[in-house]
Amino acid sequence: MIPSSTQRLSGWGRYPAEDCKVFRPEKRRSVHEILDSGQEPHYIARGLGRSYGDTAVNGGGGVLSTVRLNRMLSFDEESGILECEAGVSLAEILEVFLPRGWFLPVTPGTKFVTVGGAIANDVHGKNHHRDGTFGAHVLDLTLLTPGGDVIDCSPESRKDVYWATVGGIGLTGIILTAKIRMQRVESAYMKVDYRRLKNIQETLATIRETDAQYQYSVAWVDCLARGGALGRSVLLLGQHAAPNELWPGTGDPFGARARKKPGVPFDFPGFALNPLSIRAFNGAFYAMHPSRDGKIIDYDSYFYPLDAVNNWNRIYGKRGFTQYQATFPTGKEDGLVQLLERLSAASCASFLAVLKRFGPEGKGLLSYPFEGYTLTLDIPMREGLLAFLSDCDRLVLQYGGRLYLAKDMCMSADSFAAMYPRAGEFRKVRRELDPKGVLSSRMARRLRLAEDTTS
Amino acid sequence: MSDRAKMIVILGVTSAMARALADEFAKAGHPVILAARDDEETAFIAADIRTRCEVNAIPMHFEAQAFEDHESFVNSCIESGEGTIGGVVLCYGFMDEQPKAQSDFDIARRTFDVNLTSAISVLEKFAAHFEARGEGFIAAISSVAGDRGRQSNYIYGASKAGLSAYLEGLRNRLYHRGVHVTTIKPGFVDTKMTFGLPGLFLVATPQQAAKAMYKAIVTRKNTAYVPWFWRYIMLIIRHVPDWQFKKMKL
Repeated sequence: MIPSSTQRLSGWGRYPAEDCKVFRPEKRRSVHEILDSGQEPHYIARGLGRSYGDTAVNGGGGVLSTVRLNRMLSFDEESGILECEAGVSLAEILEVFLPRGWFLPVTPGTKFVTVGGAIANDVHGKNHHRDGTFGAHVLDLTLLTPGGDVIDCSPESRKDVYWATVGGIGLTGIILTAKIRMQRVESAYMKVDYRRLKNIQETLATIRETDAQYQYSVAWVDCLARGGALGRSVLLLGQHAAPNELWPGTGDPFGARARKKPGVPFDFPGFALNPLSIRAFNGAFYAMHPSRDGKIIDYDSYFYPLDAVNNWNRIYGKRGFTQYQATFPTGKEDGLVQLLERLSAASCASFLAVLKRFGPEGKGLLSYPFEGYTLTLDIPMREGLLAFLSDCDRLVLQYGGRLYLAKDMCMSADSFAAMYPRAGEFRKVRRELDPKGVLSSRMARRLRLAEDTTS
Repeated sequence: MSDRAKMIVILGVTSAMARALADEFAKAGHPVILAARDDEETAFIAADIRTRCEVNAIPMHFEAQAFEDHESFVNSCIESGEGTIGGVVLCYGFMDEQPKAQSDFDIARRTFDVNLTSAISVLEKFAAHFEARGEGFIAAISSVAGDRGRQSNYIYGASKAGLSAYLEGLRNRLYHRGVHVTTIKPGFVDTKMTFGLPGLFLVATPQQAAKAMYKAIVTRKNTAYVPWFWRYIMLIIRHVPDWQFKKMKL
């Protein structure tokens, strides 16, 4: 018997939660021993648990935690290529390499994700319009298949396996190692221009005009504003700052260090977040950020504002929340406006929503981003939410849009099939790599990417 | 040569606590010799430390129960070419379920061979080397389980009690030669040994434990409980009289 621990696991949204048998190998070889043991009917890899929904939840099966397989294997100072195991976190990479002048090629809004998770969800950041997804900067990876083979794959060799694994939510195998190309930066600070924008039309137009000039671009939208102010926002346009742009007296340009984190010591009661308190917060945010140019901010505050609070998901209370992210193709901005209207009318009580323009679609078969506009917001769980979201899903579909697997927890298998036209191709590769269905997750069964063996 | 640059030997580096401790020494600028039985894993850990800390990390093969190889192992550490050895930390241990150790003598013997006999074998050789130089340190991970014999874990506990007594005597002997010996007694640490076990409380991460161990070693503590509050937990447990202790379900 390989030791495991029964834990009630959920995604970062804390809904849904299921009892899973957690394995935590500390040796590379143990990964295969676990998959081969037959102790559980199926398994899914899990990193730091920052996917919001049920991507890395596997009730009635095994969860293979990769957090102790976090060895960095080599780094080339010339090319900036880092080879590491899948359990290495982006936070660890920054801690080691930012002081040496290297930054992540792409980072999501939290640095507490693993490299394996970043690849399996093919995550994106504020620079997607320019630099694409995380997967676009992975040179190659090694994958342990359920059959026990270790496949070295890349955009050049075993392409089928590679593009099924990038964005493949852990269903093609266990990612063991990856080579990532880092980007050189001159400081640990960002130079940010702010644009305060009156409504959704002005927001979309300004994003279109400015995107080409900035590496990073994201708008914080007050989604409680209605009528003529619908979609009012603050657009943050960022670049890595050069040493001569920093405040005099900053000292070491790489001196910005990760902040100490306060935690949320308890679950907030349900009434703590209500349309009034959130309206006040959103209004204050909008008022406090007039248009201005060239503000210097440390990387941690710029990229990871929420990481400053440990367990920030607890502010939504025990019932949890979902993060709803929908992308609409260019030319279908009407859908986005309608979704905003619907959310605003329902007073879904979200803090700021995030709006960004995506660049061209990548090659990952289940990769999320494609050219268009993506809107993201937190919605606390409540009675009737699932039905409301299902209505939203229909609207998204109607405009040719797509939902993000790293965040979704409830869309139907039919919606998924319509939103992800390459899912059939994915299933084909998966059948070859995992004919016995050793890999599965709640999401995989829900979206009919894996057999539901319980029914 | 400054104390900073001296090489540190970590025995049993494939445990999570030992790996984190090697990381602490490497972050402080020490080159390290990383020794364990599993060559593949040792090589991964050495690569990790070289990549993260930009110091040399030399993987070496070491088997606790191969007593006859210990002398040549210690010699290759001394002759590794990375300067003099500043100290050695013994981090490995073996624990199986108590009922198995009771019924299967091979498991009981293995517990003692790994935890006590091999420690005597390898540490005496390092001791002789440090004694001749009149400097250096020896540290070893014992256990709070050795402070009191409990029905649930007394064979492992007895081996660790023996290790603690051995280290105490070694400390006494080497004190007069300028060599320091630290006994480390971890409480519950979130390692492979404890993963999934019921009834644990106040569990420290390997990183927290390693930071405390590093500090205890460089400040030349004699016996360090890790985390520190285990000193007081064990103080109470040690003072429960035998007539009472034997009745308890521990």
